[in-house]
Amino acid sequence: MIHIHDLSKTYNGVTVLKIDELQIPKGESFGLVGNNGAGKTTLFSALLDLIQPTTGYIQNGEVKVHESEAWKSHTASFIDESFLIGYLTAEEYFYFIGELRGQNKADVDKLLAGFEDFFNDEILNKRKYLRDLSKGNMKKVGIVATLIGNPEVVILDEPFANLDPTTQIRLKGIIKKLAAETGVTVLVSSHDLMHVTEVCERIVVLEKGSVVKDIKTSEATLKELEAYFSKEEPLVE
Amino acid sequence: MIKYFLTLEWKSFFRSAAFQTNLILKIFMALGALYFIGLFTLAGVGAYFGLEKAGLEPLETVNRFMIYYVVLDLVIKYMLQKMPVVNIKPLLLMPFKKSKIVNFALGKTIFSFFNIVHAFFFIPFSVVLLTQGYDPLHVITWHLGMMAMIYINNFINVFLNDAMPLVVGVASVLIGLGALQYYGIFDVTPYTGVYFQGLFEQLWMFAIPVLVSIALYKVAHSYFLNRLYLDAGLSAKTKEASTENLDWLDRFGKTAIFLKNDIKLIKRNKRSKTTVIMSVLFLFYGLLFFSGGIDSYDNPFMKIFAGIFVTGGFLFSFGQFVPSWDSSYYPLMMTQNISYEEYLRSKWMLVVLASGISTILALGYLYFGWEAYAAVFVGGIYNMGVNGHVVLWGGAYIKTPIDLTSNKKAFGDSSSFNVKTLLITMPKLLLPIVLYTIGHFTLGPVFGYALVALAGIAGFAFRDFMFKKIIGIYKTEKYKTIAAYKQKN
Repeated sequence: MIHIHDLSKTYNGVTVLKIDELQIPKGESFGLVGNNGAGKTTLFSALLDLIQPTTGYIQNGEVKVHESEAWKSHTASFIDESFLIGYLTAEEYFYFIGELRGQNKADVDKLLAGFEDFFNDEILNKRKYLRDLSKGNMKKVGIVATLIGNPEVVILDEPFANLDPTTQIRLKGIIKKLAAETGVTVLVSSHDLMHVTEVCERIVVLEKGSVVKDIKTSEATLKELEAYFSKEEPLVE
Repeated sequence: MIKYFLTLEWKSFFRSAAFQTNLILKIFMALGALYFIGLFTLAGVGAYFGLEKAGLEPLETVNRFMIYYVVLDLVIKYMLQKMPVVNIKPLLLMPFKKSKIVNFALGKTIFSFFNIVHAFFFIPFSVVLLTQGYDPLHVITWHLGMMAMIYINNFINVFLNDAMPLVVGVASVLIGLGALQYYGIFDVTPYTGVYFQGLFEQLWMFAIPVLVSIALYKVAHSYFLNRLYLDAGLSAKTKEASTENLDWLDRFGKTAIFLKNDIKLIKRNKRSKTTVIMSVLFLFYGLLFFSGGIDSYDNPFMKIFAGIFVTGGFLFSFGQFVPSWDSSYYPLMMTQNISYEEYLRSKWMLVVLASGISTILALGYLYFGWEAYAAVFVGGIYNMGVNGHVVLWGGAYIKTPIDLTSNKKAFGDSSSFNVKTLLITMPKLLLPIVLYTIGHFTLGPVFGYALVALAGIAGFAFRDFMFKKIIGIYKTEKYKTIAAYKQKN
């Protein structure tokens, strides 16, 4: 589904991202971890054609993202608050995204009904503009909006941050279901090693812009990651 | 302690985004500030000799009308000057007394441009008074009294932060009194003039405003001190949201998605509301030209200029900042399934509709004869046909993020000024004047008007071509624009 080839991004002579080759097959739940400045958000931004790669390209579906805009119709993303429109209410925002993705109000309402638990009665019919919501609630809105219109690729940057424990657990359920049942390719970045290992089939570790680990998730993955990030050699059992 | 506050201020000033722009902009900003200072100084010196020439006793006349000056100052301060609460939050946990923080915040307002600028009127005026043989002691106490009045306004403004109805009330009373005076029904100035004249004649009287301003400082201080909590004085006010159904716009097809959003954008944000109010004021701008009040404006070429402005208020104040209105969620727009064509068409329709409405509202200019309205009318056609595109084109180069929730910078955004936008302004204003001039000197004024109107109609005909060009520019500027909009954080 997604093919990254010879991708690099350089700012003033400093290379912040360098990935020679990375394939993400359709229906995979893909986790991206790395410390601050490792290049996670840069990679996602390049994937969404928000920044121009210095070399190489990213192919999403059939097209290269910087050449055609055809990827936009099957890709949904939530990176940060700049993906929300502050002066709309949550409903208006969902309908707006729905209209852009060819869904009418009834379609959107049907989808939202499935997220009643997730919203925990804090989002809908609250007579509040998005700019006045708490960070966690903004995130809920942004995440659910990515699911409108049956996208094939969903990209979430740090979806677990700022969420309360109950919502984190529910979100894990949502992400797992997406990849397993509907064949959606999900890309998630996170600082929470436990969450990513739980929801992602594959985990890639970035450091200083390069892929240093590419793991198929198993029982041992969490230990391996913890050992890596604590900068200790893994214990041989 | 105060030393640390001052270095903080120093850094926040010199490291602010507005200051980090290029040198040319700094020069422009400095020139702008000098312009205002010069204007006030001229007014200060000119007021004396001008009034004397008109056969009026200068000081007495100034005192008579001072009430308007003072109230106007309050209204302007309310609209433009805000209490600097944002910088206070990080200081709350620092190990010093809260009252010090409040003193600092209030003290900061004392040196605000809105207060200092008045000194540039009162000092030259007082100096002229001294040279003209007024009693020095009286002049100085009067001067102190006046500056105290300005500071009374300053501290009143601290409380007023959220009293819109009150300020609207004060402003309308002021306008009402002005109108009553103009039509000779009732004149308030002799009554208030007594007070201001008293400030000059009675040495002790200057103590009144000085004491009042000190008292107000104390009140403002305790007011703020008591509300120095995150959920009181430092909280951002949230308004209850209203949802609205704009489905009737769906007849415009896919453009409607954006049109609905743009209307909400305009209605729900402070900055955009101010813009709309400003564009209404533009409607009256033509009065300066058509009433013959100002000699240098009283010629046919300037009237075309007026026509462009009268009908183009919204076009200039809103259209100029497309796509910056969407700056806070530009990445969303860039990753959604959106075609630039529909996005731009919606903005274009807004601008054209607003120009059309302005053209109709401007029918009042018929009062000044058909030629006046002809200038407005062809100006409107030109705005709709040509400037509607040009303004969107220029917008692609303006990469200043707009903070929708704040009114700051609503009046002229210095950093949106660059050579490219300046060049693009030329066809907006100069071309119609040139066209008219050509017509005027060949076949007469009517031909001139016809030429301007024809240019507008031609603009409509080239619409698709223009859109294609503009879309191309938006695409090539995309990455730079996204990066620039990120800067504000």
